[in-house]
Amino acid sequence: MAAPLAIHLEFGGGAELLFSGVKEHHVTLPSQSEPWDVKQLLVWIQRNLLKERPELFVQGDSVRPGILVLINDADWELMGQLDYKLQDQDNVVFISTLHGG
Amino acid sequence: MCQAEEEYSDELGSAHVPSVSKKCVKCKEATAAVVIRAGDVYCRACFKEYYIHKFRATLGKNRVIFPGEKVLLAVSGGPSSCSMLHQVQEGLSQSVHKKLRFLPGIVYIDEGGAVGRSVEERLRTMAELQAVFKATGFQFYIVPLEEVLDLPGSVVVSALAPPERANSTYKAEVDHFMHSNCSTRSAPQDQDHEALPEVQESATQMLQQLMLSAKTLTARQNLLNTLRQHLLVHMARTRGYSKLMLGDSRTRLAVKLLTSLSLGRGAQLAQDTGFSDSRYGDIISVRPMRDHSAKEVFYYNHLFHVTFLFIPSLDTKQMTDKASVQRLTESFVTKLQEEFPSTVSTIYRTSEKLQTAGRCSSTGDQCERCLLCLCTLDTAVDDASAFQATLISEQLSQTAWPRVDRSKVAKHQGKPESTSFTAQYCSAKAGAQDCGGCCSFAKEPEPMDLRSLLCYSCQLTIRDMSSIEHLPPYILSEAQRRHRRCEMREEISEFLLDSGKDD
Ligand SMILES: [Zn+2]
Ligand SMILES: [Zn+2]
Repeated sequence: MAAPLAIHLEFGGGAELLFSGVKEHHVTLPSQSEPWDVKQLLVWIQRNLLKERPELFVQGDSVRPGILVLINDADWELMGQLDYKLQDQDNVVFISTLHGG
Repeated sequence: MCQAEEEYSDELGSAHVPSVSKKCVKCKEATAAVVIRAGDVYCRACFKEYYIHKFRATLGKNRVIFPGEKVLLAVSGGPSSCSMLHQVQEGLSQSVHKKLRFLPGIVYIDEGGAVGRSVEERLRTMAELQAVFKATGFQFYIVPLEEVLDLPGSVVVSALAPPERANSTYKAEVDHFMHSNCSTRSAPQDQDHEALPEVQESATQMLQQLMLSAKTLTARQNLLNTLRQHLLVHMARTRGYSKLMLGDSRTRLAVKLLTSLSLGRGAQLAQDTGFSDSRYGDIISVRPMRDHSAKEVFYYNHLFHVTFLFIPSLDTKQMTDKASVQRLTESFVTKLQEEFPSTVSTIYRTSEKLQTAGRCSSTGDQCERCLLCLCTLDTAVDDASAFQATLISEQLSQTAWPRVDRSKVAKHQGKPESTSFTAQYCSAKAGAQDCGGCCSFAKEPEPMDLRSLLCYSCQLTIRDMSSIEHLPPYILSEAQRRHRRCEMREEISEFLLDSGKDD
C-alpha cells in the first residue's frame, strides 16, 4: 500500500475556466495499492475536479492536444508522460495553449 | 539499469529520485527541462538564452527598426504579446553593446465591448494590465475598441512611405547612436496613467450592433481584426510611432496562413504573415515573435514568471471546433503540431517564401487598395480565379448583397436625411450597370456598393453581413469619397491625355 499523496495542481492559459476559474488546487490522492501515475491522476481529476466539458481537457486517456503539461517545472515528455509515477509534494501544471497569442 | 532500480525503490515508497534525468543538448551538463523538438532538449538556462537570442536575431537580421526609432508594441494581454513585451524589457536592460536601441511604447486595445464583456470585467482586465505596463516604465495607452467609431477616414488610406533608408545608413545610424546616446530612457509620460478610459454606453451599443450585423463567426472575427488593425495604425500615427510590433507566434501565424488561404486571401499572404508588413505606407508592422512556437512561449512565460491574462475572445463561449474557419484551422494545426511537429514549421516556412509580384507600389492609386485591409486589390485578375467563380455563383443564386443607403451615410455625418427608400429595394444584381438602371428613375442617391472597393476576401466578409450601415463612419465616408473620385475620373477621362485606357 502506498500512502496518500499531497500534490499541487495548477491550471493556466484558460484551462482554469474548466475548473470554476480556480488556478491552483492542493489535493490529496487517496492511498491505493499501486503507485499513482499521471494517467490515473487524469481520471481522478475528471471525477473530482472537472466540472464541465471534459472533452476540452482530456482526449482518450491523455490530455487534449494543445494542453502542455509540466511536472515539477519540467516538460512531462522528459518525465515519462502518462507513466510518470507521482511523488508526494509533486507540482503538476496544465496550460492550455489554445487561443493564445 | 540504474533507473530500473530507482523505479523499483519508488514503488516501495522510499527514495525521492527524479525518474528520468536527460542532459541538456546545449551545455551538456544541466538536467533538461524543455523539449523543443524531439531530441532537442534544453535546460532552463539554455532555453532562456535560446529564446532571447531568437527574438533578437529575428529583429536584427531584418534590420527594419532603426536606432532611436519609436516602436509601438501591440500588447493584447495574451501569452505571446506579453512575452514580447518581456523580451523588449530584457533587451533594454542589457549592457550597451547588446542593448536594443529603439524607444518602446505599449498599446492595449480593449475589445471587451465587441465580445460582450461587462463593464466590470473590462475594468478588471484593464487594471491588471495597467499594473504590468506601469512596471515597465514605458509610455502606454489603454484604448477601448469603441474609439474606432471616431476614426478619421485617412486611416484607411495608405500614407506615403518615408524615404527609403538604405542598409548602409543603418550601420551609420547604429554607430551614431552608440556614440551619442547610450542611456536612452523612454519618453516622458504625458498621460495620466491612473485613469482608465471611460466608455460611453451608446458607443458600446453601436459597436455591438456592428458585430451582430456580421452573420457568421468567421465574418465577425475578420471584422474585429480589421477594426483592431485600423485603431492600432491610428494610435501609432497620432502618437508619433513609425513601427508597430505585433506578438504573433509561429503557431498563430501558421493558423493565420491556413485561415487566410481558405478565406481567399492568397494574394495577401506574404503581408498577412511575413516578418514585416508595409501596406499602410508610413507605419510598418513587424512580427519578432514569428520564430517562437506557442509551446516555447508558454514554457518561457511559466518558467520565467511572465504575467499574461486569459482574455475571452469572440468564440470563447462557442467551444466547438467548428464554430468558425479560424477555430477549425487552429484545432487542425494544434493536432498537427502534436502528431507531426515538423509540418507546422513547414507551413510557416512557406510563408517566408511567398512574395507578391511587383504589382503593389506604395505610392499607388488609392482606388486600387482594398477599403478594409488595404492590400492591393486582387479583383482585377484572370477569368479562372476564385473571385470569378464566386461572382458567377452569386449571379446564379441571386445572393443579396448588403448595401447602404447613401442618405444614411449622410445622416451619420450629421447632414439632413433625405427620404430615399429605393436604395434598399434595389436588389443586388451583379455589376453596377444593372443597378444603375433600376434605381436611377428618381434623382435619388444610388445605393452604395462597397464591392468594387474591396479585395476578394473582404468582399466575402461583407457579404456575410446583414447590412453595412453599422460600419463606422470613417469607412463609409471614405468609400463614398472613392466612389466620387472614380465617377469624376470617368467623367473627365476623355479629356485626359493619358487616361490609361488605350487599347
Ligand atoms: Zn543547458
Ligand atoms: Zn481586403
